[in-house]
Amino acid sequence: MSSDTPMGDPIAQRPQVAAASSAAASDLAIELIGINKRFGAVHANKDIDLQVRRGTVHGIVGENGAGKSTLMSILYGFYTADSGEIRVNGTPHAITDSRHALALGIGMVHQHFMLVDNFSILENVVLGAEDSAMLGPSLDRARKELTRLAKEYRLDVNPDAIIEDVSVGTQQRVEILKALYRGADVLILDEPTGVLTPAEADDLFRVLRTLRDQGKTIILITHKLREIMAITDYVSVMRQGAMVDTLKTSETNPEQLAELMVGRRVLLRVEKTAAKPGDTFLSVENLVVKDDLGVTRVKDVSFTVRAGEIVGIAGVAGNGQSELLESISGMRDQTSGIVRLKGTPLSLEGDDGAHRARKAGLAHVPEDRQRMGLITAFEEWENAMLGYEDDPAYGKGIILDSAAAQAEARERIKKFDIRPANERLKTANFSGGNQQKIVLAREMERNPDVLIVGQPTRGVDIGAIEFIHNQIIKMRDAGKAILVVSVELDEIRSLADRILVMFDGQIVGEADPATATEGELGLMMAGVTDKKAAAPARVAAQGQGS
Amino acid sequence: MDLGLVLSTLDATLRLSTPLLLACLAGLYSERAGVFDIGLEGKMLASAFAAAAVAAVTANVWLGLLAGLAVSITTAGLQGAAAITLRGNQLIAGVAINMLAAGLTTFLGIQWFGQGGRTPQLPVSGRFQNIDLPFANELAGVPVVGQIYSELISGHNILVYIAFLAVPITWWVLYRTRFGLRLRAVGENPKAVDTAGISVTRLRYQAVLITGFLCGLAGAFFSIAQGSGFGNNMTAGKGFIALAALIFAKWKPVPAMFTCLLFGFLDALQIRLQGTSIFGVGVPVQAIQALPYILTVILLAGFIGKAVGPKAGGVAYTKER
Repeated sequence: MSSDTPMGDPIAQRPQVAAASSAAASDLAIELIGINKRFGAVHANKDIDLQVRRGTVHGIVGENGAGKSTLMSILYGFYTADSGEIRVNGTPHAITDSRHALALGIGMVHQHFMLVDNFSILENVVLGAEDSAMLGPSLDRARKELTRLAKEYRLDVNPDAIIEDVSVGTQQRVEILKALYRGADVLILDEPTGVLTPAEADDLFRVLRTLRDQGKTIILITHKLREIMAITDYVSVMRQGAMVDTLKTSETNPEQLAELMVGRRVLLRVEKTAAKPGDTFLSVENLVVKDDLGVTRVKDVSFTVRAGEIVGIAGVAGNGQSELLESISGMRDQTSGIVRLKGTPLSLEGDDGAHRARKAGLAHVPEDRQRMGLITAFEEWENAMLGYEDDPAYGKGIILDSAAAQAEARERIKKFDIRPANERLKTANFSGGNQQKIVLAREMERNPDVLIVGQPTRGVDIGAIEFIHNQIIKMRDAGKAILVVSVELDEIRSLADRILVMFDGQIVGEADPATATEGELGLMMAGVTDKKAAAPARVAAQGQGS
Repeated sequence: MDLGLVLSTLDATLRLSTPLLLACLAGLYSERAGVFDIGLEGKMLASAFAAAAVAAVTANVWLGLLAGLAVSITTAGLQGAAAITLRGNQLIAGVAINMLAAGLTTFLGIQWFGQGGRTPQLPVSGRFQNIDLPFANELAGVPVVGQIYSELISGHNILVYIAFLAVPITWWVLYRTRFGLRLRAVGENPKAVDTAGISVTRLRYQAVLITGFLCGLAGAFFSIAQGSGFGNNMTAGKGFIALAALIFAKWKPVPAMFTCLLFGFLDALQIRLQGTSIFGVGVPVQAIQALPYILTVILLAGFIGKAVGPKAGGVAYTKER
């Protein structure tokens, strides 16, 4: 076989990876050679080569937009490559659609699950893999097969449960089961832990190890370096559409990977001094909030944030954090409770609650910037003043002084290093990180007493994360009170001076980021508070408010 | 009230709910697949005209029905091309069909038959006749059960029976077949269907063509079963009431049947109440005729609760981000 000789092997031409890629072709489950893909002007995949050995967990890391998902979608047949070759078990195939990929034993677990919410687990597993026009026999066979898979890989689910009723972790299991039911030998997982609790993530990793040990090949796409180190055997790094390197995981470290991803040295830990908390700026007392369906999502929550400190709220998405944020910032009416700013109760009710909150000195960076923080069809400078457009600085009466607004926008673009530096560009054309900087600049430059930030770095690249974290800490050091809500536990741990854990609408515990272990926090996030530990924690949390 | 009066009102109910039910089930297929269809009315009207025109010329009811079906299915295909392949706005595609049908039927009617848009009176062989079920006459004398059988169940035209048979068939297709599973899935999450390796476009076309078929039956009912010829705008908004019934029934076949029966009953009641006086006061005909529509509004506004339709409904599927 020609690929036995290093010279004929495209990856082996890079000296660092010769060791990783010296495998005989027969050891390779997947081989990609010279893959190119363009979306209009964007060259999403540039001449990509990749070799994945059978029976390994192979990680692919890279920033957003590095081309990881595009590459895997090509392998899965969701997109077709403009050029290049795909070899499965040594044989070249032109994979035309997902059905073809499935037939070759390639299954994919998408980042956003491809499940039908009001179907049962069984129906979802069967969908597209039915044996005949009648449903009955297919469902019977799938039920038996699920039992077998559950035994073999310890993937237990209740086949009759409806998807929208089960946890996100279970939904992910269903995605894995779907792929296995279709006979997948190669399993691609796209950012699988983004929505999981640490415990669920551990469980997923246990399943993945079992699968690998049984001879399956796993390709794991992620931007979390910790996961790469924890579970993969090999790791490939992508940057700006190109494959940078492939390394043996045991021979690398997170710092090296981060540098390869970004192309420069990156600080993974936030550097900050100890907090010097002052007066209480924000106090939330016995807050109760209902969602649109009338379900109580925030249940009697009390806490305070003091000047010069960052309080982080950790928790798995959907445990009431969104409603809490929306309520404090005046976007959602509270059922009962009081929110005080420097001791003065805020009137947050009604449609203009958010406006009054901002006037009073409470700025808010919403967790979903594209839906709530920006109008992406607007130009950058318009978004840069949105919510403050009646400020006299932007004009008198009904006349808008666009020259002044644009001048200010240009200034902020410079200060916050927003790229591209063009205030007349449509906001939709900025990357996620730069959009976040637009919102942050708008809210921070008003110099508020209290800053509330939801998911500060969701969908933001490593390089921009560093900048955003530093801005938040700068604000803290200027004596402001900052509340950060994030589902990224790592982010909360490195940014916050004090951690509150939210579960099922309640603050179930408080922790010191310097001493709390990830395990302890993970248990609290999952609602597991053993009685000895939980009782004092809850008292402490409530004691904060009184 | 005597049984005879009740039975004849219920008999009228069955008749009046038939086109509603066919149109409602038609809409169910399309909307369950994620294609909103407000063009039910237009497809029915087009079918009613085509069926009457062909039946009038050939004096053959079956050729009339075939013509109605062909026109309705073609129209549905046209609407599908706009809404699925060209990814046009589904509501506007439906509105276009309605306007096209209203204008074209009148225009062609005047051009071809010169009777102000009406088609000529159909001969007996050009209409569906009522079918007497076996033993209907013999059992008519048996109190209650016999009367119900002979007066209520027997003696309808074939389209009435087809409409009510279509309910269990639709249920079975939807919940017991591979096609039904995929149809329901594509209206909820087309991406899940696509990634499972099934063509979203093909599934939606299949659904839309079934919609065309059922609308064709509903339209033919107006002109060559219930009536004996086509009259201007003879569907009179029934397509929209069927749509209301579909929402009221939360896109499920059996509730759809009961909802259509309810609307049909209101219509039958309206006819029965015309010319009667309530508490000695004569009620204007127009007020009574408006009754079903008023009740429709009340039911939809007040009793329906939150109707959550198929999640992906109304949105054309685009594969690339």
